[in-house]
Amino acid sequence: MLNSHPDLTPSVLIGLGWFYLLVFLMNLLWTVRSYKHEGEFKNGVPKASIWAVYSSILMMLSFYHFTYPVEGFLVSMPSGFKDVFDAWFSNPVLFFFLSIAGLVFMIQAREWWIKPTVSWVLLNLSLIFMGLSLTDYDFRQIVGKPDNVPIVAMLFIVAFFTWIYFTRAVDNDRRITQGRPLFEQENNDKVLVWPDLVYTELICMVVLTAVLIFWGIALKAPLEEPGSSVKTPNPSKAPWYFLGLQEMLVYFDPWLAGVVLPSIILGGLMAVPYIDFNKLGNGYYTFKQRSFAVTTFLFGFLPLWVALIVLGTFLRGPNWNFFGIYEYWDVHKVEAANNVNLSEFFWNGLGLGIPKGSTVSQILLRESPGILLTLGYFALLPPILGLTVLRKYFVRMGVMRFLVFSNLILWMAILPIKMLLRWAFALKYIVGIPEYFFNI
Amino acid sequence: MSVGDYIRNSQIWKSVFRHPAPTDRRNRVVVMLTNFFLHLHPVSIKQQGIALSYTWCMGGITFFLFLVETITGVLLMFYYRPTLEWAFYDIQALRDVQTLGIMREIHRWAAHAMVITVWLHMYRVFLTGSYKPPREFNWVIGVLLLVLTLLLSFTGYLLPWDQLAIWAITVGSNMAKATPGLGTEGPGFQLFNTSGYELITNASDAKFLLLGGRFVGEATLNRFYILHCVAIPLVVSGLIAIHFWRVRKDGGISQPL
Repeated sequence: MLNSHPDLTPSVLIGLGWFYLLVFLMNLLWTVRSYKHEGEFKNGVPKASIWAVYSSILMMLSFYHFTYPVEGFLVSMPSGFKDVFDAWFSNPVLFFFLSIAGLVFMIQAREWWIKPTVSWVLLNLSLIFMGLSLTDYDFRQIVGKPDNVPIVAMLFIVAFFTWIYFTRAVDNDRRITQGRPLFEQENNDKVLVWPDLVYTELICMVVLTAVLIFWGIALKAPLEEPGSSVKTPNPSKAPWYFLGLQEMLVYFDPWLAGVVLPSIILGGLMAVPYIDFNKLGNGYYTFKQRSFAVTTFLFGFLPLWVALIVLGTFLRGPNWNFFGIYEYWDVHKVEAANNVNLSEFFWNGLGLGIPKGSTVSQILLRESPGILLTLGYFALLPPILGLTVLRKYFVRMGVMRFLVFSNLILWMAILPIKMLLRWAFALKYIVGIPEYFFNI
Repeated sequence: MSVGDYIRNSQIWKSVFRHPAPTDRRNRVVVMLTNFFLHLHPVSIKQQGIALSYTWCMGGITFFLFLVETITGVLLMFYYRPTLEWAFYDIQALRDVQTLGIMREIHRWAAHAMVITVWLHMYRVFLTGSYKPPREFNWVIGVLLLVLTLLLSFTGYLLPWDQLAIWAITVGSNMAKATPGLGTEGPGFQLFNTSGYELITNASDAKFLLLGGRFVGEATLNRFYILHCVAIPLVVSGLIAIHFWRVRKDGGISQPL
């Protein structure tokens, strides 16, 4: 018998069967919940019936995969969608903009998407997307790597906890407007740590141990060929949690992306409690009372950290080229990169030609536009911002605190700024002094 | 007298547990004060402060994963020899033939999980504003613990000595070469190389310090092994102790003021 899906081995199909079974069971519980709480449509049909139909489709889908459908009908992502997705939506520019747009949407529409039904539909959509995509060979190659499985799990976990945050924050914000006590202040009597906390901890430890053992049996830790300093793998990737930093290497030289920026990230994190002068929002969930702090943190954590890890792990292939999630990692894919330095733009734009020479003063003259721009950015912008847009902060923070704060914000902004300049003008370096390894 | 009572009345039992089982209010208080492992906790706590939807339990899980890493790590150290000759084959043997080779899987997956739970712990602490006074300094210690967690994971990445390991470390350590002032491919190292005498060379720069050589080799393996198994865990243990102590001293788990 000819197998029409040679890469869909029985174990993959059985795995998909278990996947859909899990989604079915989740939705079965949801149907019960919906039947109890959500009432009926106008014609008397319970709203839960929609979920019941959906659940039974999932159940049939699951059983269908267990029968190992070698030939014929297979539920998979339509190839038209895959082609469009890979061709139109797979580039770092759009990826970055979509992650920013997602963040804006998440914050603006928070009262809408945290509703149980809406978030449940969103969860189902992402699970179905996963299930359908898993039938694709190239998608499975990259998502199914043992080291990448935790990253996929992390995405769902981070989404879940973000949902918890917004649910509780929206609830508390409503309570504050209505003058009711915070959620954290209700039913907040003191209880004894034994048994109320120690048993939670015990159960947590037992569950985690079970999870780790199961995970260890189900998924072998990767072990490739013995290390050889001669054979360079393509792509060579850092450990997954550093892939956000490795992605910065596309836009900055190693001294910035690998040393200065990480140090500033850590220094900035440590400085957070000393910069944030807002006394509200201490010890409870809220968005409205600290919208600036939370938005900044979410921006740093979600698009600039988690999304860049996803980009680096799943979408960067050989030669650090960008690949769609359904695309084969072709070593020979060529992407033109003719990036130009700011000094070339400037001197050629003036029609003067780039100043030549390699003495220090000649180099400084050549790079003067970039140097002035950078100095202006870090030295002039803080006072200007402090006297105009951020005056409110300047007054409350004092000089030192405000200078640290504004410089950290400016450092945080240089990655998106450099990305935009690269994409819009193919800008290579703002200051390019390769003679002294000083490229910005 | 039942066997249970006989045991509980014996001198040995009483020398270990200095009071009756925590079944009534008094003994539930006493157990928290007399048990070494429990004395990290307060005796009583606000109900909302321990609600899972509030704390997410991520700090505790991170600590538990650290313990898992310590235990599985010690077991792995009995098998594993950090030499170019054996490192890879010892790991291979753990995968293929050793009886408790699953320790390596648990060690690796718990390490990945720990990185994620540290982030989530930090996420929660930020979103509840728990870093605000009086807990500012404990947040700083937390950031240090985050760095050390990443370094623990990074140093451990090299030990299997497969292609994945040495090239990930090569990519990572190439950054050190670009350290301003201290790396031979970073800006400013020429400042140290005046009047013909070169202070910063590829045998004395930051990358060399990290790797113990010009490239990832046996010296690196030894260096990372010591860092991974001894040096960093010692520092982390100390910082964890301070972190926990300060949670208590800074007013316990955070709550609305």
